[in-house]
Amino acid sequence: MRFDKIQTERFAIEIRKSLLRAIASKGSGHVGGSLSIADVLAVLYGGVMKVDPANPQMEDRDYLVISKGHAGPAVYAALALRGFFPMEALDTLNRGGTMLPSHTDRLKTPGIDLTTGSLGQGASLAAGAAFADKLDGRDNYTYLILGDGELDEGQVWESIMFAAHQKLSRLIIFVDANGKQLDGTTDEICALGDIAAKFASFGCNTIAVDNGNDPEQIYRAIVEAKEETQKPTAIILHTVKGAGVSKYAEMENCHSCSVTREDLEEAYRELEDRKRSL
Amino acid sequence: MAMIKNDKTELRKVLACELRSMMEEDRNIIYMEADLGGALGTGSLFEDFLGQAVNVGIMEANMAGAAAGMSVKGKIPFIHSFGTFASRRCADQAFLSGCYNGANVRILGSDPGISAEANGGTHMPLEDMAIYRSFPEMTVLDIAEPSLFRFVLRETAKRYGMFYLRFPRKGCYAYYDKEGFEIGRANVLRAGRDVTIAASGIEVVEALKAADRLETEGIQAEVIDVFTVKPIDAECICASARKTGAVVTAENHNVIGGLGSAVAEVLAEHVPCPMKRVGVRDRFGEVGDLAYLSELFGLTKEYIIQAAKEVIERKN
Repeated sequence: MRFDKIQTERFAIEIRKSLLRAIASKGSGHVGGSLSIADVLAVLYGGVMKVDPANPQMEDRDYLVISKGHAGPAVYAALALRGFFPMEALDTLNRGGTMLPSHTDRLKTPGIDLTTGSLGQGASLAAGAAFADKLDGRDNYTYLILGDGELDEGQVWESIMFAAHQKLSRLIIFVDANGKQLDGTTDEICALGDIAAKFASFGCNTIAVDNGNDPEQIYRAIVEAKEETQKPTAIILHTVKGAGVSKYAEMENCHSCSVTREDLEEAYRELEDRKRSL
Repeated sequence: MAMIKNDKTELRKVLACELRSMMEEDRNIIYMEADLGGALGTGSLFEDFLGQAVNVGIMEANMAGAAAGMSVKGKIPFIHSFGTFASRRCADQAFLSGCYNGANVRILGSDPGISAEANGGTHMPLEDMAIYRSFPEMTVLDIAEPSLFRFVLRETAKRYGMFYLRFPRKGCYAYYDKEGFEIGRANVLRAGRDVTIAASGIEVVEALKAADRLETEGIQAEVIDVFTVKPIDAECICASARKTGAVVTAENHNVIGGLGSAVAEVLAEHVPCPMKRVGVRDRFGEVGDLAYLSELFGLTKEYIIQAAKEVIERKN
């Protein structure tokens, strides 16, 4: 594992630019939940995950399961920047025949390990993958990204109980706790209560990250998670939906919204300014 | 010509025995169950194959998803619950984490249709084949014969893909003498020129009995075991329909979406001819023993005989 603060922050900025470029090419898409996970993706693909862009199917690679599959554009941006496929592919997002569909699909996109899109299902897929690794004595990790709205799904909790019971300590779960779901805030729709306490009571080691959009805090949580040898770890990332770009971070509902050419230029300016200030 | 043997074999015993030897032979074969080991006769596997045979608890959705996740890592999972829970309860997981994800899972649904007997309407899957038949990439198998069941367990483990296999846990009659089965190929059990009876699962025995009776009345029925309901053996069904000119289907399932529908779709497109479906007429299950339910839902040989005469009459 390696981590460089400045490089990772730059990488996160490039992910944001590239995911907005992809969404702008179609005119609209899942902006908010893609921007909120840009930093954790930058940490994972920046030097934490064992992956090889030249050999996406490498046998002993770490797996990443994006259970909130609609954040596909963020993952595609990270994968393209890491060289899994050409950057130009980003401009085909959601167009007929594309290799980059709205929700992550392992049969279409190099670097995508499991197919998701029906919320909750990625949790079981990740637990199954980690369980198979444990049975075979492999030492690689399975990373899982859940949305906080997604925690409404009962299947998430089935899978967490299963993972805890099977002592899948090489399963590291991130909750993108941005506090918003499609129709409103998580508090308004169906209050989640204390997310960390829920995961703890289901048998997980839990780590809360106050600023889930800070790569350094995320990296430290991963280091701590890897010290756990008995339980799966749930890292609760307190994030901002639309993080990194003022227009979306301040928007009441940016779950799925339009990104015009002008919006893109404005976002690029803001992100480039941030990069220069690093 | 296939004969029904006198002795019944419990398919749950066949399952436990075959799984035991398959898991010994190949450590990648995984067996998962949702807390029914006592009912399904597989309880001892969990102790003898720690980690390889797993009782996940009462969570069919997670079981289906986790099995799909394991399969992309090279494991060969069999997952098992009562047919209702192995279909309705985890349909979206079987669809997305399974079929759409390109996974490799064998879903076993036990006690299909009226074979759920005393468990009643809540546990009586009369729609499981309809659900899974509509999923791309899913193979659907309806089996109630010991040697065919044994074959399918071993054969599906050798193949990559998504399979749904419904079978009764308890006693089933044998009617095959030889092996040489093939998934996707229907077996003609008895040749005839007057009417085709295409049956699956427990209805195959009823179809054979019906054919015996029809013969005493001078009617020669051709009986086909269509154990692969999807992909259906259109070639075999069409060849038989061209010869006999009249077709009856018999299934332990709703007549909507199961074997009868599959055969009707084939015939309507290729060999339109008089046809009648014997099966449950779009209603819920209820408690009772097999004989009672078979009569209640119109699944006995008498209904097959009546349907055969009706379609023969219609072709003249």
